[in-house]
Amino acid sequence: MATFTQVPKEIEQLLDLRAPTTTRRDFLRTSGLFVVSVGAATVSGPFAAAVGAEVEGVQVTGPYPDPDFRQLDSWVVIHEDNTATFYVGKTDLGQGTGTAFRQLMSEELDIAYDQTTLVMGSTDVTPDQGGSGGSDAIQTDGWPMRRVSAEARRVLLEMASERFGVPVSQLNVSEAVISLKSDPSMSITYGELIGGRRFNVALTGDRVNDTTGIATVKPVQDHRIVGQSLNRYDVPAKVDGSLTWAVDVKLPAMVHARNVKPPLAGASVVSIDEASVRDLPGFIQVVHKGNYVAVVCEREEQAVNAARQLEVEWERPATAPFPSSENLFTYMRDATPTSGNDPDVIGDPEAALESAAQVIEADYDIPYQGHTSFAPAHALADPSDGCMTIYSNDMKSYGMRSGVAEFLGMPREQVRVVWMEGPQAYGRTAADDAGFEAAFLAKELGRPVRVQWMRDEETAWDTKGPAYAVTMRGGLDAQGRLVALDFNARAADYNHVGYNEVGTILIAQLMGTDTRQATPNAGRASRPFRMYSIPNERHASQVVGLPLVWETPLRTGNLRDPDGPQVTFAYESFIDELAVAANADPVDFRLGLIEASTEEDSGFKRARSVAVVKAAAEAYGWDTRPSPKPLASGAVLEGRGVAYSYRNQTVVAQIVDVEVNRETGHVWVKRIVCSHDCGLIVNPEGLRRTLEGGILHTLSRALHEEVQFDEEKVTSLNWASHPSLKHTDTPATIDIVMVNGDPNPDRPDLPPYGAGEAVCKPLLAAVANAIYDATGVRIRRVPFRDARVRAALETAGV
Amino acid sequence: MSSVTLNVNGTSHTVDVDPATPLLYILRNDLGLKGPRFGCGLGQCGACTVIVDGVATRSCVTQVSRAQGEITTLEGLATDGTLHPLQAAWIEEQVPQCGFCQNGQIMTAKALLDRNPNPTDDEIRLGMNGALCRCMTYYRVQAAIKRVAADSAASNSVTVEEVV
Repeated sequence: MATFTQVPKEIEQLLDLRAPTTTRRDFLRTSGLFVVSVGAATVSGPFAAAVGAEVEGVQVTGPYPDPDFRQLDSWVVIHEDNTATFYVGKTDLGQGTGTAFRQLMSEELDIAYDQTTLVMGSTDVTPDQGGSGGSDAIQTDGWPMRRVSAEARRVLLEMASERFGVPVSQLNVSEAVISLKSDPSMSITYGELIGGRRFNVALTGDRVNDTTGIATVKPVQDHRIVGQSLNRYDVPAKVDGSLTWAVDVKLPAMVHARNVKPPLAGASVVSIDEASVRDLPGFIQVVHKGNYVAVVCEREEQAVNAARQLEVEWERPATAPFPSSENLFTYMRDATPTSGNDPDVIGDPEAALESAAQVIEADYDIPYQGHTSFAPAHALADPSDGCMTIYSNDMKSYGMRSGVAEFLGMPREQVRVVWMEGPQAYGRTAADDAGFEAAFLAKELGRPVRVQWMRDEETAWDTKGPAYAVTMRGGLDAQGRLVALDFNARAADYNHVGYNEVGTILIAQLMGTDTRQATPNAGRASRPFRMYSIPNERHASQVVGLPLVWETPLRTGNLRDPDGPQVTFAYESFIDELAVAANADPVDFRLGLIEASTEEDSGFKRARSVAVVKAAAEAYGWDTRPSPKPLASGAVLEGRGVAYSYRNQTVVAQIVDVEVNRETGHVWVKRIVCSHDCGLIVNPEGLRRTLEGGILHTLSRALHEEVQFDEEKVTSLNWASHPSLKHTDTPATIDIVMVNGDPNPDRPDLPPYGAGEAVCKPLLAAVANAIYDATGVRIRRVPFRDARVRAALETAGV
Repeated sequence: MSSVTLNVNGTSHTVDVDPATPLLYILRNDLGLKGPRFGCGLGQCGACTVIVDGVATRSCVTQVSRAQGEITTLEGLATDGTLHPLQAAWIEEQVPQCGFCQNGQIMTAKALLDRNPNPTDDEIRLGMNGALCRCMTYYRVQAAIKRVAADSAASNSVTVEEVV
């Protein structure tokens, strides 16, 4: 079969870069061995022979060894037409990080942005930077990209120096053209110097993110491309329908699978009646091992139907897998923790509480919230030639490659993951269930198999952000000063998933004990940062588990800022309660706590926090008064709320206006002001949209999202039973204030601190604080759905 | 299996399938279109939206045998290589994050503006309410629609002046 498959857009663009007279074959032939391997990423097994014939003498099928991150050629390729392709081990989840990488690398290489392309996240052609996660794309992984691009520029200048017989100091470089300072008509392009050939320059660094050459990166004052609001390169193909997503890849002989999940959590297969589907059109096979069951058919709709009709007898588990979501927080507070570290203590909080003039205490509850990706998990696996190629939107494609190799007992070199665009994940694909399932089924059938979950399956069985039950205590002295604070949290986070390790993947768990790790992952119970200077403060946290540890629909994973919204909801709501108790303005109260110390860290976080909180107040037009407002008449009550937090060195403050309908309990957040300082900004408008998205995602978590379950199964199954933010919930105004002021504007190295997740922290509390300001009623349980708010108002007589 | 003829983006296609098959699978798997996508299969999210005879239609819950009209998909909005004003506004406004839902956003907006070229803010919010986005790009989607509506109003006012 000599048909080319549909290829990743980045690679299509790369191929399209060639002049029309240059055939793909010529391109592959003249671009060096490394670029040929890019060609390999565009084809799967059945086509390998065709490409092999086209590109003589080059092995384009597996195995797929890791690109060597200590070779410059693994990162930067210059083509004869004076364009460049960058290769990075990251994935863009929709925040435009790909565009930002190109800006950073073009800047250091000194080449026009439009002359570059980028390939991301495919394990056989891009150095393993771990894929995406933790808002570290620019903050951490951008550094080796900048350094290797600077190194490529240095090497090119050395080559030009030799060519012209002058020292590098007598050369200018601009937009990939090097010229003599003394005679600008004497020039040579990067393409003329090295186009289509390898640099063969070794880099150093123990780990990929330490990778460096000899060159140093530019001082930020010299940036010309970084700091520009360039349009994202991926947007046009996303609005004209031309992009090939991971869901779109089709291979000859490909078949479709759908899973049959246990109807009750923890149920076991007793028997499967294959006869119930054997005569259905297109039926190929029922595959099952342990409690994993899937049906494979020729066509997609046939697989959907067959999976629905397959008759499976399941045995109910002997004990209840979990309490109901209604009883979850009682269960969590009563449970024996699976782990808990020593508390972090400053001063003597118990003594300070004992002698405080006023002590207040409050419990805050945050439920499980799902990743609930817009489209369900999906992947296509091709088992051709004894290898396994997985076309996937997995944000952590490198982890999946290793995990699948272990799962299938294949050498890593025979497995590759081709990363392609997909629906938002925000942590979901750290356990890329569909990728493992597709690979397993493809190996079983010896044919390419495409797996896609159904909506109810995804909503019920995806990974969840952990539930938190937090108890806060605080003491004020007679002057209303905060003298003691106690944070005590429990997180339902036992056996938290990781990085596509086999034991964290649902198919491996369902298959039985031999594919599980011996010990569940410990999980994590987070604590607040020391945002404020409080003389006596204690932070304690413990992990608790639910009865069903494996094969559970309540697997916990990293959901966009994994514990931040939960912890900050409790902490910043309680700070607001303390401000109320002190009869203080909530902005003044916070600034007082930040400014109570003059200690600074290397990132000037305290000074930047003061600047960020003040910037939010100024942009909002804040007038000083304590909460709540005097209760207004009429159905709609208006209020305002503030919260502040940081993540690493990224500082954020948010102020929201709400309208609360006291008759229906409906909350509309009509205005959001967000001030934000993440250090160096690569693309301001790209950052603005990332922040807007993160803020509204968290607004959805504040107003709507909760995974509900009874004592047998998850009952949140779709967008009706697990509602999400809608157009009508959108604020009328979102004001983003990018503070991003370096306390020392003369220093050359203002670092980027990472953005995207920090804005998720304060919003739950800001909204709760605004509801209190409007109504005088404190909501301590997320989400603030109409019925909950209405009930709270009713109880309070509002 | 039976023979079904579909008119999609101005071209006629005949496929031999179970007539109860959701239109979405035919568009994607038989016709190779990439605009309409699977999100829920329940008609709740809008990812699969196509326009059938001017009506925004959820192709995941529409049987192929009942899709007997002029079907337009995202790929069919551009004319002679020129993007539809909504698509151009989407780029100007840099609307998408991941972009997976944007088919539903754009096709729903197209049907909305065809029905009501100059909607109020509330009409936009209500008219778009069934198109979900899990990256929550709603604020930018609404801005892009307002941009197109304003441009359309401006060009209409020019026409009025010319008439005068």
